[in-house]
Amino acid sequence: MIEVKNLSKSYGPVEAVRSISFQVNQGEVIGFLGPNGAGKSTTMKVMTGYLPPNEGTVVVGGKDILEDALPVRQQIGYLPESTPLYSDMITYDYLEFVAAMRGISAEDRPARIRAMTNACGLHDVLAKRVDALSKGYKQRVGLAQAMIHNPPILILDEPTSGLDPNQIVEIRELIREIGRERTVVLSTHILSEVQASCDRVIIIDNGTLVADGTPEELRSSLSGGEQVLITLLNNEEEVASILGDWAPAEVVEHGTDDQGEAYFMLNSSSDIRADLFRLAVSHNWTLTGLHRKSKNLEDVFRQLTSG
Amino acid sequence: MQQTWILTKRELRAYFDGPAAYVVLCVFLAITGWFFSNALFLQNVASLRSVFSIAPFIFLFFMPALTMASFAEERRAGTLELLLTLPVRDWQVILGKLLSVALLLFLAIALTFVYAITLAFLGDLDLGGTVGGYLGLFLLGITYGAIGMWASSLTRNQIVAFILGFAIIFLLFLLDKITDFVPGQLGVIMQYLGADYHFQNLMRGVIDTRDILYYLSLTAFAFLLTTYSLAKRPE
Repeated sequence: MIEVKNLSKSYGPVEAVRSISFQVNQGEVIGFLGPNGAGKSTTMKVMTGYLPPNEGTVVVGGKDILEDALPVRQQIGYLPESTPLYSDMITYDYLEFVAAMRGISAEDRPARIRAMTNACGLHDVLAKRVDALSKGYKQRVGLAQAMIHNPPILILDEPTSGLDPNQIVEIRELIREIGRERTVVLSTHILSEVQASCDRVIIIDNGTLVADGTPEELRSSLSGGEQVLITLLNNEEEVASILGDWAPAEVVEHGTDDQGEAYFMLNSSSDIRADLFRLAVSHNWTLTGLHRKSKNLEDVFRQLTSG
Repeated sequence: MQQTWILTKRELRAYFDGPAAYVVLCVFLAITGWFFSNALFLQNVASLRSVFSIAPFIFLFFMPALTMASFAEERRAGTLELLLTLPVRDWQVILGKLLSVALLLFLAIALTFVYAITLAFLGDLDLGGTVGGYLGLFLLGITYGAIGMWASSLTRNQIVAFILGFAIIFLLFLLDKITDFVPGQLGVIMQYLGADYHFQNLMRGVIDTRDILYYLSLTAFAFLLTTYSLAKRPE
């Protein structure tokens, strides 16, 4: 659906994006991840045809973003970072304006605006001026204008930044709803967001692509494997001597916690919880806790983007 | 082309939803009206000459003021990104905005037709001078507007856009008035490049294509510079 090839973009001497290549397939929800200033927004601005790239191309549905600019733009709905809107317009008029600019005929516009009002929950604010809306509603208006022409592709730059936790959940649900029948590329630096709503993650750092895969793939690609934390009511030394000789896992850390329970942190290459439980039973240990600490995207993100 | 017109309508609405258009129209009418009636009643001159000679001065300030927001504000607010990722060409966006300024300008000028009609009843109206003067005023205003718009496309700060636009327009306005300070041949060129010189020609009732062409080419040049400035998409 979207093919980004060797894309480079600099602002003067500053290289914002360096030879990035990736593909987005039809119907996928892609999360664009990276620290602030990594080049996420720049990449998206090139993908929407706003910024011309210095090198490389973006091909959308077989058409080049620069050569076939207008038909390509018609396939894309775009919500830029920080949701710019014409603040002096009434919400309805604004949506009508965007619909008209998108080439929707005057007869079809009310129906499209009604559909967007329902999809984004804009009933209460249609008659209000855009600058009187809360951040959450502005975000919804931004999403509505991006989808008004029913585009197969949506590019959303930090759609949940600056929202309160309730609004974040609402917008996320809205995006998931939208993502069912569309290709969505969204950028964020909130990791749980990617875990919550994306099929695939692309991590960018310092203008280069450092990872591309499903959240699962990225997690398993991390070195270090599994970590298990157990707590028991038995004597620490005694257990330590047995666990020290136990082949499947390696003790990374052990000690006694505030409640007087012994704890052991074990490292292994596979899931050892079942074996560990049987080991405890065979030695008659009183196991009070057995917890797998799976590596999450946060670890992946840190490992890839720091250093 | 349809989208250009849609954009023009939006821009016009933005002018008329706020106080901008009304302030411009009222102040323009008040100043020209005062000069007109002053000549008519105090000096007993039944002529539009006083109106035509004050209007370029008003445009000197009003046209950069009307256009200072056109791109600078869109850049500051980030809406330029939305506008330029719509399925329209950059030049359509510029044309749409310029058209809205032209229409507002036309309205302001058309409202002063009252003076011409009054004169036609009172005495003999110099038809050639009136038509030429109005045509010149309109062309002059559009040229200033196109330059103001270019200045607006260079910055995200409206004040900078206004001052820059004003400075360029003022320079054009001055060019034919400082020819005494430069040697002969250069003076002729400067006179030809002066915005006011061509207006004076038209106001005399001589509608020469060279004068019209001067304004149109200057407008086209400013338009072209604006497309270059937008194509760079600076942050």
